[in-house]
Amino acid sequence: MQDTANLMRLLSAIAAIVLGSGGIIALFYGANWLVNYLPYGLRSRVLPWVYMTPALAVLAAFLILPTIRTLIISFMDRRSEAFVGLDNYIFAFTNSAMLIAFRNNLLWLVLVTGISVSLGLVIAVLVDRVPYEPLAKALIFLPMAISFVGASVIWRFVYAYQPPGFEQIGLLNAIVVALGFEPVGWLVNRTVNNFALIAIMIWLQTGFAMVLLSSAVKGIPQDVIEAARIDGANEFQIFWRITIPMINSTIVVVSTTIIVLVLKVFDIVFVMTGGNLDTDVIASRMIKEMFNFRNFGRGSAIAVILLLAVIPVMVANIRRFQQQEANR
Amino acid sequence: MSSLSPKRPAQARTWVDRLETLLTTAPVHLVVIVIALLWTLPTAGLLISSFRQPDALLTSGWWSVFVPPLDPTQFHLGNYITVLTRQGMGQAFINSLIITIPATVMPIAIATFAAYALAWMQFPGRQLLFVVIVGLLVVPLQMTLIPVLRAYNSLGLSGTFLGVWLAHTGYGMPLGIYLLRNYIGTLPRDLIEAAAVDGASHLKIFTRIVVPLSTPAIASFAVFQFLWVWNDLLVALVYLGGNQEVAPVTLVLRNLVGDRGQDWHLLTAGAFISMVVPLLVFLGLQRYFVRGLLAGSVKG
Repeated sequence: MQDTANLMRLLSAIAAIVLGSGGIIALFYGANWLVNYLPYGLRSRVLPWVYMTPALAVLAAFLILPTIRTLIISFMDRRSEAFVGLDNYIFAFTNSAMLIAFRNNLLWLVLVTGISVSLGLVIAVLVDRVPYEPLAKALIFLPMAISFVGASVIWRFVYAYQPPGFEQIGLLNAIVVALGFEPVGWLVNRTVNNFALIAIMIWLQTGFAMVLLSSAVKGIPQDVIEAARIDGANEFQIFWRITIPMINSTIVVVSTTIIVLVLKVFDIVFVMTGGNLDTDVIASRMIKEMFNFRNFGRGSAIAVILLLAVIPVMVANIRRFQQQEANR
Repeated sequence: MSSLSPKRPAQARTWVDRLETLLTTAPVHLVVIVIALLWTLPTAGLLISSFRQPDALLTSGWWSVFVPPLDPTQFHLGNYITVLTRQGMGQAFINSLIITIPATVMPIAIATFAAYALAWMQFPGRQLLFVVIVGLLVVPLQMTLIPVLRAYNSLGLSGTFLGVWLAHTGYGMPLGIYLLRNYIGTLPRDLIEAAAVDGASHLKIFTRIVVPLSTPAIASFAVFQFLWVWNDLLVALVYLGGNQEVAPVTLVLRNLVGDRGQDWHLLTAGAFISMVVPLLVFLGLQRYFVRGLLAGSVKG
């Protein structure tokens, strides 16, 4: 019974793959064929829209229109029946649980961005000098492939806690006990639990920073460094005066990417602590308002705050793109 | 460097330099090895534990398997069998494949056509459209969840594979168009103009020239989108709801953490099952993944 059900699922999956991808390609071919029947002048004006329309349709349906809708809902009550003015925003900036979420998000932003970028940079510079560079890089980069949920389980196991006197099965507490201290409830102790969660994100993102920064470091012309050496600069001076200034733009790109990612962090908190014991962040509060409390007005207002926070990055991206276009 | 210190006698120079090299490179090796080890240990611990007996897991740390006498019989596959058959992980694995493959293929097809139009076709509003797409790159998914969920509820799309495919197609679209448009835009103009002069239609130029030449960029986006969809929890959680029939591995693993939080034999095996496909994709196609990263991507 189970097997037939699974077989049916597999068959429908294969059918769906064929229909989904084949259907879209058939759509493009069909539209292209129809366009050929149009008069020549009209044809070249219509064809671009044939190629663009499916993309524009999904962008509008899943990003543009919902974003506008969320903006409107954020000024309405929990069921979006009446306008409530700025009530939801006042709630978002005064409610004590929200304030804790803001504080935590700030902590996440500063620590994850700061530590993974600087650690990534140090590794990028050091790994350049060892013969086993590819292996070391692959090991540090590997967590990038692991989902936030998977990473959460991995670290839940590292943080596992047994009462004093029992054999510790979590790596971290085993070390703590071996050093002669009491085991720590890393996820329940309010002074350390946020840092325990933040460490997971650092573990996930350092590899990303390292890979991008490493390729930038390798792009520094060798003769610049040689010249500095001849002038008597030591390795630290080279690092601070040459490496960092020369890869500055990469550092900015990597930092903003990590900032955008961390701003929306949700999965780790949701899986590890459910946001309890003062570990909530903005994105996990949003899901709570939406699902647990069914308050769509407040949920939307929190989402809008996230959007406002990424707008500087959005503007910077567009500027960078326009410069890049101007240079083409 | 040794040639720069001419005052030292030749004999002493090699000896001192060798010691110096050792002393200066030792910390480098030490730091790199320690970090690489630190980064690997958590995953290694999970993997080793997933093969241990359930009660052994709860009474001793995973590192104790390295304490002699080394006993290969303490490892077994029972945890995997249990979590696959009794905890719904097998079903979830199939669901993840059903969700991920179309949710990767569909955006590739749509984004490649759009990227070609944006790069090589003349139409009004082309630049503006691309600017909008660059802006959409960082829009938080959270901004779209409530309206899309409401629409899905009234259309009957929540809890269905089709709903998740379409949502991932939409969310992956800005990155796909951005990456592909940047790549396709750098293809040699002569090549495309020569084909147009020879009377090739846009569709022919697209399928015969642009798509084959853009394979590296398409592969980069494919790896990105595949990993993103396979590893996604938020989209599945919101649009699939509590429907266990269609839940992917991430959702089932999360529920396992909630319901069986101390059953480490289930959690470790379940987590590894959820990770094995992305790890293989990643190791096999790391080149494309890195190239995609280098193309400068900021996903929303």
